[in-house]
Amino acid sequence: MPVLPMRPTAPSDDKRWRIVETRMRRLGNRPEALIEALHSTQEAFGYIDDDALTFVSDVLAVPPSTVYGVATFYSHFTMKPQGEHTAVVCTGTACYINGASEILAAIRAGLGIKPKETTADGHLSLLTARCLGACSLAPAAIVDGEVEGRVNAQDLVARLTQL
Amino acid sequence: MTGPAPTGPAPEKPTLRRRSDLPVLEGPARVSAYVCEAVSCLSLRSHEVALGLADGIAEAGLTDVAVKRVGCLGLCAAGPLVQIPETGELFRHVSPDDLGGILGVLASTTTETKPVEQPAFFGRQVRIVTENSGRIDPESLDDYIAAGGYASLRKVVTSMTSAEVRDEITKSGLRGRGGAGYPTGLKWNTVAKAVGSQKYVICNADEGDPGAFMDRSVLESDPHRVLEGMAIAAYAVHATEGYIYCRAEYPLAVSRLRTAIRLAERAGLLGASVADTQFAFNVQIRLGAGAFVCGEETALIASIEGGRGTPSPRPPYPAVAGLWDRPTLINNVETFANVPAIIGQGGDWYAGIGTETSKGTKVFALAGRVVNTGLIEVPMGTPLRDIVFDIGGGIVDGRAFKAVQTGGPSGGCIPSQFLDMPVDYESLIGVGSFMGSGGMIVMDETSCMVDVAKYFMDFCREESCGKCVPCRVGTTQMHMLLERITRGLATRADLAQLERLADMVRRTSMCGLGQGAPNPVVSTLRYFRDEYMAHIDERRCPAGVCAIEPQGVLA
Repeated sequence: MPVLPMRPTAPSDDKRWRIVETRMRRLGNRPEALIEALHSTQEAFGYIDDDALTFVSDVLAVPPSTVYGVATFYSHFTMKPQGEHTAVVCTGTACYINGASEILAAIRAGLGIKPKETTADGHLSLLTARCLGACSLAPAAIVDGEVEGRVNAQDLVARLTQL
Repeated sequence: MTGPAPTGPAPEKPTLRRRSDLPVLEGPARVSAYVCEAVSCLSLRSHEVALGLADGIAEAGLTDVAVKRVGCLGLCAAGPLVQIPETGELFRHVSPDDLGGILGVLASTTTETKPVEQPAFFGRQVRIVTENSGRIDPESLDDYIAAGGYASLRKVVTSMTSAEVRDEITKSGLRGRGGAGYPTGLKWNTVAKAVGSQKYVICNADEGDPGAFMDRSVLESDPHRVLEGMAIAAYAVHATEGYIYCRAEYPLAVSRLRTAIRLAERAGLLGASVADTQFAFNVQIRLGAGAFVCGEETALIASIEGGRGTPSPRPPYPAVAGLWDRPTLINNVETFANVPAIIGQGGDWYAGIGTETSKGTKVFALAGRVVNTGLIEVPMGTPLRDIVFDIGGGIVDGRAFKAVQTGGPSGGCIPSQFLDMPVDYESLIGVGSFMGSGGMIVMDETSCMVDVAKYFMDFCREESCGKCVPCRVGTTQMHMLLERITRGLATRADLAQLERLADMVRRTSMCGLGQGAPNPVVSTLRYFRDEYMAHIDERRCPAGVCAIEPQGVLA
């Protein structure tokens, strides 16, 4: 009798896995759903861990090495848990001309974190963006999902400290 | 996933409303207030302005005044913006806490009120791609149709052959707006003639150049226009499936595109039977994941296929063997947005705008040290001076103009002696720059051109996909040399090495990212060599930007 392949099961019974499963199923569980699957994992959980990579690899029948290669190729995907709050500083050209590096320096001086780092207490993660497309508001930043324009470095540090 | 889930909201996800929560008027409006709800104004609380205006109108008992959400009004520097379309009056820096002035004007405006004079920012512009931006509600299909939308698609599928459509586009002289300027008609013909039963149309909305936001603005302000252009293209090249590859950093654009696709499908303008004909066209959205190289067409295709976004050698071109090795048409957002107008008004009309070799208009994102930052659309061939000083209003704080950077990380810096140059594809290449997708960053005397070159090299080094050696290693080495120069540690031999490397990386890299990466260095060396020499010979940064190391560290 032929052995039917086992249907891959989600790493835990967390309901958020259903979102990921649905997204993959809508694209026929085919290999090209990989990036979409990673997007929905990160949207649901905030980051992508090894269990998630293995699960996606099983469902889409893509080798784990390829899944890992894709997940690490794109800077949007993060494999580390993020802090409670997130600040994204835009480093696009208009923001660079208008002082984005001073903002990053001020955050480093005030909060002790560099881009892609999280404060020791897990309170705040700092990220950079290549360009938010909000160039008219340069320098721009996103604090917890809200775009802020014409950012003053000291004011931003004061706000981030009080989040 | 077993670890504790983060409790904070995911980044880059502004609250997106599906449907307008503004009241709808029963009868016709005597006067309206158009509130800009593109990302830039939204982040300055323009939605609160819209709601506040609606409340104020209700309180004052004005039953014939409408409040409408519209797309980008262009003058992003002065947001949030509110416009009264009946008179053209534009209110800038509107605060949701102080709406009395606008409410007063809305109450007193009658049909006899004279239109106000338009500021120079708008006077010089010719709007084709952005004709509906700031005039229609981007989430309303009815609004788009009322503005003449989908008429071109209906005309194409009911009364034109695919060859006639391609001829019209060829006649218009339209060239790709993604930057390289390849003739659009030629590309469409190649795809149409390519052998294959299944063909694809891809819209490149992976607007990666830092400092460019034209595509974001078009998608946020007039998403149906792009869908209509894609559908016309699909008809012209015999494709039935379309993909829009959009940056994940543009959540509002993605949300409005999803809404637009849903509405168009429901209205029978996309799907199995477009406008009740045999022609079928489906569109799906694919999100980018933050890789600049995915703007390159072969890398973009690899990414849609679910893999790492690394480019492949061309030929074969995507027009012959693209997505899943099928013939694939890839055009940029702005290119598709031009198509409905060309079909509607004719290729000859379009060819009458612009210069000999560059037809039509170009949308530019004006940013940097200029007074009126924002989105503009001008005929090809408009002098740079008119763009920076008439439309842009000159340099902030009355400082001296130094350069305009165009073409993003593959482009160059254009110094003041070329301010009277007409802006088109050829003239930009002639001065060592590049049209690119349309980002225009104005720089003043506070910018150090060596540091600017280093900034772009850092960008290319980060974004190099690593597939070919000249780009992966060359950009890193060039960045190290630039780092030495900006720290005052370089010798003339380092500069010579930098120039040799620039030539090597340009000539031997596989795709446009590497081939263009040396451009900012080459162009700043060409026009601002004295600044490089000041760093090297005098250990001094003329603009006072670079942190020169104290004397003696080398010893």
